[in-house]
Amino acid sequence: MHRSSEVKHVASYLNTRGCECFGQPCESHCPVLTDRTIHVQLKTFIKIRVKPDRTGVVTDGVKHSMNPFCEIAVEEAIKLKEKKLVKEVVAVSCGPQQVQETIRTALAMGADRGIHVEVSGKDYETLGPLQVSKIFAALAKKEQADLIILGKQAIDDDCNQTGQITAALLDWPQGTFASEMTLEADKLKVVREVDGGLETIKINLPAVVTADLRLNTPRYATLPNIMKAKKKKIANVKPADLGVDVCSRLEVLKVDEPPQRQAGVKVETVDDLVGKLKEAGRV
Amino acid sequence: MSSALLPSSRLTSVARWHGIRCLSQLAELPELHQMMRQTCRDYAQKELAPIAAQLDKDHKFPAKQVQELGAMGVMAVEVPESLGGAGMDYLAYCLAVEELSRGCASTGVIVSVNNSLYLGPILKFGTEEQKKQWITPFTTGEKVGCFALSEPGNGSDAGAASTLAHQEGDEWVLNGTKAWITNCWDASATVVFATTDKSLKHKGISAFLVPMPHPGLSLGKKEDKLGIRASSTANIILEDCRIPLGNMLGDRGMGFKIAMQTLDSGRLGIAAQALGIAQAALDCAADYAHKRTAFGAPIGKLQAIQFKLADMALAIESARLLTWRAAMLRDAKKPFTKEAAMAKLGASEAATFVSHQAIQVLGGMGYVTDMPAERHYRDARITEIYEGTSEIQRLVIANKILKEYQQ
Repeated sequence: MHRSSEVKHVASYLNTRGCECFGQPCESHCPVLTDRTIHVQLKTFIKIRVKPDRTGVVTDGVKHSMNPFCEIAVEEAIKLKEKKLVKEVVAVSCGPQQVQETIRTALAMGADRGIHVEVSGKDYETLGPLQVSKIFAALAKKEQADLIILGKQAIDDDCNQTGQITAALLDWPQGTFASEMTLEADKLKVVREVDGGLETIKINLPAVVTADLRLNTPRYATLPNIMKAKKKKIANVKPADLGVDVCSRLEVLKVDEPPQRQAGVKVETVDDLVGKLKEAGRV
Repeated sequence: MSSALLPSSRLTSVARWHGIRCLSQLAELPELHQMMRQTCRDYAQKELAPIAAQLDKDHKFPAKQVQELGAMGVMAVEVPESLGGAGMDYLAYCLAVEELSRGCASTGVIVSVNNSLYLGPILKFGTEEQKKQWITPFTTGEKVGCFALSEPGNGSDAGAASTLAHQEGDEWVLNGTKAWITNCWDASATVVFATTDKSLKHKGISAFLVPMPHPGLSLGKKEDKLGIRASSTANIILEDCRIPLGNMLGDRGMGFKIAMQTLDSGRLGIAAQALGIAQAALDCAADYAHKRTAFGAPIGKLQAIQFKLADMALAIESARLLTWRAAMLRDAKKPFTKEAAMAKLGASEAATFVSHQAIQVLGGMGYVTDMPAERHYRDARITEIYEGTSEIQRLVIANKILKEYQQ
């Protein structure tokens, strides 16, 4: 596997689902994540509401935009193209008509063309990482992609699975949580941010990489590029065309708001504290 | 779609009468413009809003941000790509200025002056040579330009320019003082208006291009202003300032016409800036109305606050549609002077009204620098004054109306 001319294109897969849910801690307005606290440094834009029938979160009328980690993925792909290490960047997104806006944003950043995999209605509500990965794997084979870059996770469901499942389906190596990636001859050097620190790995191409926060700072689209984006093509594809069944194997039983924070109790001594913790069954 | 409501012949005549491309465009912007607007909004939210208060305190020119905006193409929206600009239309430019001003009003005016007042007249009246020399370097954000029309002795009375220009051999020699020049301390060139033939009164004014710095051109002290403090404002003093003959912009005696036409467009940029300030003030007030509780509930539940927010939103939306329409008329090369004056008047009065009410909604918090409401109030005030005072706008509008009804 050689560099530049051989690496045909980088497919940058975009997740455009739902809420622009920044804030800290996330649990207060991201009801699907009941036990985890996520601290992200960006501002809160939209208040998330659980649907009255508790089957999910209200998405009607909520502004959808590109997942921030996917923005970082697109930026990395375009950087590779600017360095002339890849020939073509294809931006892909799965979802209803609105995702075309997000693909256009990727085109305005510098991607060459887009693919919109149409999934709408009930299918879209139950669309999860497994089905998306199957779609991406099928597309990667069809487009003969050499590199797939995705955001490490979507900030609405925080699954952190699509990249990994896609790599497994394709039997490709994966470099996840990348904070740095370098193409060296026919190998990809990826520095991964893991709990213990930084891990550097070298993987063969073709490969799947998932972008983490510190990989780069996405550019603002320039006005001339926004104009050029209008002329770039977005192809329409249906999952059935790729031989993928988007039927979900999971059933959401219910979605609830996280419980309201209760008031704390002040104690005088450490012994009191231990006593109270034992009472509450926490120790 | 509107065509269902009107018989087709009436629709075409209405469309022709208004001179806009398509009635449905008033309801929703084209996709290109929406993308552009979103990009500018993102930039303003992430890069301008967080630093606006500090820029205001320090009176600091946002050089880094201006360069970044230059790289995005925002410093030269209407300039064709062949000259280094973004090659977009005036509606796009107005959207950009509004969104940027929503983040930082000073940055908005810096962008507006460069686009409308400096690049505008050169694009329209300059020779090919002049365009290459005076436009291209000013599209990237590395250099900004300014517009020197007002003088200590005349602002609204632009026809009474007392700055003089006389020819000496192969040079023009300029003498006089210009006042209230936005961007001048950070500019690398200026369009200066000077009288070449005093006897011809306003038809004896010509326009000149002067690089900065330049021998014979000096700057007065930076004015300590109420608002838009990150943009510099000062006098430009010309003392035997010599420039080549080729630096005259347009023909001799054309200066007044150039100035008036430039200001017609420039006032849309200011209308956009005023809209941005007003919108930022409304954002602040509406957010506060949700959070602040009094009498047992968020103050947004009280009718007194609700009526204020409604009036504020109405003022902004009305002025915004006026601004868009004037921009679309200009893009369609239709007459737009009256609409531009209405847009500037409407938007600037909306800005002062909305920012005033925003402080009222915030109460005591509106009066302190912890909240941006006081800065919006200070920034808004100038929009009723520069690029044609509200009084001048009313004269322009009345003039047009009387002409329409000419007996």
